[in-house]
Amino acid sequence: MTALLQHPGYDEEKLRRVAEQLPCREVQAGLLLSLMGEPQQYSYPSIFIYGHRASGKSHVLHVLLKELELHHATVSCVECVSVALLFEQVLLSFFGCDAASLLPRSPSLSDFVRIYRQQRSQSPAKQTRYLVMEKAELLRDSDANLLPALLRLQELVEDNVTVILLSEIVWDKFRPNTGCFEPLLLHFPDYSKGELQQILSQDRHPSYSAEFYSSYINILLGVFYSVCRDLRELRHLAALNFSKFCEPLEEGKVKETDTHKLWRNIEPHLKKAMQTVYLREVSSLQWEQMQLMEEKEAGALRGLSAHTHVELPFYSKFLLIAAYLASYNPARTDKRFFLKHHGKIRKTNFLKKNEKTSNHLLGPKPFPLDRLLAIFYSVVDSRVAPTASIFSQISSLVTLQLLTQVSHDDQLDAPKYKCAVSLDLICAISRTVNFDIVKYLYDFL
Amino acid sequence: MSKRKVKDVHRPIGECITQVQQILRERFCHQQLPDRPEGLEAQYKHLLELLRRSAIQGESNSVLIVGPRGAGKTMLLQCVLRDLLQEKEAQKNLLQVHLNGLLQTDDRIALKEITRQLNLENVVGDKVFGSFAENLAFLLEALKKGDRSSSRPVLFVLDEFDLFAHHKNQTLLYNLFDVSQSAQTPVAVVGVTCRLDVLELLEKRVKSRFSHRQIHLLSSFGFSEYLQTVRTQLSLPDDFTDRGFAQDWNSSIQTLCEDKSVEEALQRHFNSSKDFRSLHMLLMLCLSRVSVSKPSIKPADLLDASRLCLCDAKANMLHGLSILELCLIIAMKHLNDVYEGEPFNLQMVHNEFKKFLQRKSNSMYNFEQPVVMKAFEHLQQLELIRPVDGSSAKTQREFQLMRLMLDHSQIMEALQKYPQCPTDVKQWAMSAFG
Repeated sequence: MTALLQHPGYDEEKLRRVAEQLPCREVQAGLLLSLMGEPQQYSYPSIFIYGHRASGKSHVLHVLLKELELHHATVSCVECVSVALLFEQVLLSFFGCDAASLLPRSPSLSDFVRIYRQQRSQSPAKQTRYLVMEKAELLRDSDANLLPALLRLQELVEDNVTVILLSEIVWDKFRPNTGCFEPLLLHFPDYSKGELQQILSQDRHPSYSAEFYSSYINILLGVFYSVCRDLRELRHLAALNFSKFCEPLEEGKVKETDTHKLWRNIEPHLKKAMQTVYLREVSSLQWEQMQLMEEKEAGALRGLSAHTHVELPFYSKFLLIAAYLASYNPARTDKRFFLKHHGKIRKTNFLKKNEKTSNHLLGPKPFPLDRLLAIFYSVVDSRVAPTASIFSQISSLVTLQLLTQVSHDDQLDAPKYKCAVSLDLICAISRTVNFDIVKYLYDFL
Repeated sequence: MSKRKVKDVHRPIGECITQVQQILRERFCHQQLPDRPEGLEAQYKHLLELLRRSAIQGESNSVLIVGPRGAGKTMLLQCVLRDLLQEKEAQKNLLQVHLNGLLQTDDRIALKEITRQLNLENVVGDKVFGSFAENLAFLLEALKKGDRSSSRPVLFVLDEFDLFAHHKNQTLLYNLFDVSQSAQTPVAVVGVTCRLDVLELLEKRVKSRFSHRQIHLLSSFGFSEYLQTVRTQLSLPDDFTDRGFAQDWNSSIQTLCEDKSVEEALQRHFNSSKDFRSLHMLLMLCLSRVSVSKPSIKPADLLDASRLCLCDAKANMLHGLSILELCLIIAMKHLNDVYEGEPFNLQMVHNEFKKFLQRKSNSMYNFEQPVVMKAFEHLQQLELIRPVDGSSAKTQREFQLMRLMLDHSQIMEALQKYPQCPTDVKQWAMSAFG
């Protein structure tokens, strides 16, 4: 396997160390290394590497550049909220802090290139300099000129520099309108199931045998592989649940080789983990505590999403109910639901077939304020005066993001709203005020 | 002594390979200038003559070099400048100012750069003093003072010329063209751009001062010339240290170019684009496979490189999705088929997915809504689906309308390549409507 990582320009000992740190990525590392060439040779001006999250893009580059002691700067585009920070970091890691201090207060690209050239003429590159940009998709949101300029940086600064962009998103979504220097595209493929197993089995617990741990990983992948292929996520889950897997072993109930019993023990536990800790419903710390408390069933602890209960004033509750009814019922059915003497409506006419149950699929519809108030007066039993407090409650529901205002153009005159709460929440609220909302919902008639 | 030198010429193979890499990498990556621009003789002569008249006789000129990306515009200009500067008189006379539309994003920065590159009196060291108006007045004054007989001509090279046309009021362009039209210091303005409609971007007053001289670099060569270019780009020069190795190499390149499958692959590349940049990318990938153990380029290398260049990135990304995400994409495809490209939201997709699960007896994919939501959001992060309107904060996540950014055939092809795809999922995708 290490045969792939051979290059005359580099020390063999170092290459061996690189190969050890990059399991299942020999092909990509070898390709990258052969593109880089020997340190003093020119490399391609810009390389764009894409692949799924946790497919080892930054890891491979980091290990290569670090172990082979190449001149490089690694910049994360998340951190660089302004271009000034980006320029400063690049100059700092290429030429030291003297160069970075030369930048003016709000530097333009022109300043950056000028200072770079000036520094380059003082200390010319004996080796290729590598500039690695992580999360390069954020470059699209910054200055329009930044990405095209970075792609042809080698030409602009006339230095032996290679820009490497890392991203999860394909290159087609990056290309500017007027085109640019096309980078060399490299794909990092996803890890296959076998490779995931191999990598995950590496961090086994020293007090257990390798087969035992790899059988655990096998069970874990069996549960999670169809949902998640993110190596980091899987590794996190593996670390969290391993103690539970070992539990029957420590109690002396089963032997290490009895895989079936171990599987029977862990599988429901892992299924529960998918609904809780995978979604970050409960934190990892809570999950670990739950595993220690044996009598308490895992998942009995209320997760984040269980805390949806909100305490609202009486009228606010009815306003929200009215808003929900207005959002999910078509306006032509209002007469039928809320008027006492609505006359006779033939049932076949009333229920149009294609309209049925589509409202909870399509989402809430906007409604005017008048309709909200009309439904509100009809669902509240007592007589309510349209005071300022009612209207301020409507606008405070908007700030609580339980309602959203749809049109911004006129604030005072006939604003339109949408209801932004789920069916579960509105059912819970209507239960507290003894209102049977399902009876009034067109979809559930 | 000389005898030993002749003997030494036969170098060990490792050294030769290193040298080959050095030479060819400089050619592909660093865009090293060729001795003469091939296929552009007429344009070369035209530009050289024009710039020579400017440099030596002090004519004021303006010219635009227009051509698609990778057609060799900068290369042509650099070649002309290199050859022009070999003449003593031109070298002594000519001042050069290089500006780039990507770097000099407004006139203020451009003006400072001009004063800096001309080393005018208001420049101390590296700093330029004065405001924009002062700088402009100073520069114009300096240019106005000169005349055709006494002052040195200035060559302005404006790379990415179309970006300069987006500056406010096009002040810089107006002033440069104005100077070139009136009897002041001789200036030559050379604009380099890839936009064919660049003249439409100019204001009327700027356009009227421009000489309307354009040099078009529209690559007009055929496939046989393309093959010839590949051969010359890959072959080693005559002054290579090890003659024997160079001859072997060049003959192996010759056989490579005559190979039928190689020719087919190159034809594919030629059909997709004619520019040199994409060719260089291909050749660079081939070159990177050359090593001591494999000291020549084989047809298989070129075919591999060609496959790497032409592969579909989205298909690659689809390959790495989980089963759940793939199922969601199939559900979206069905929705697209049924409702003819109408946007969809998570609820509809999940509903479609549930319909599929109901029909199956043993459903192992019975995931809860939040897990499905997580998969859906991952697809959105990968930009395989895109929200219809940007206002994400306003609607709930499950009701936000989305559009699928994938083609029908892309999905089907990805499904064929997907490792261990369950049969029922495949059948579901094949079935016409859900």
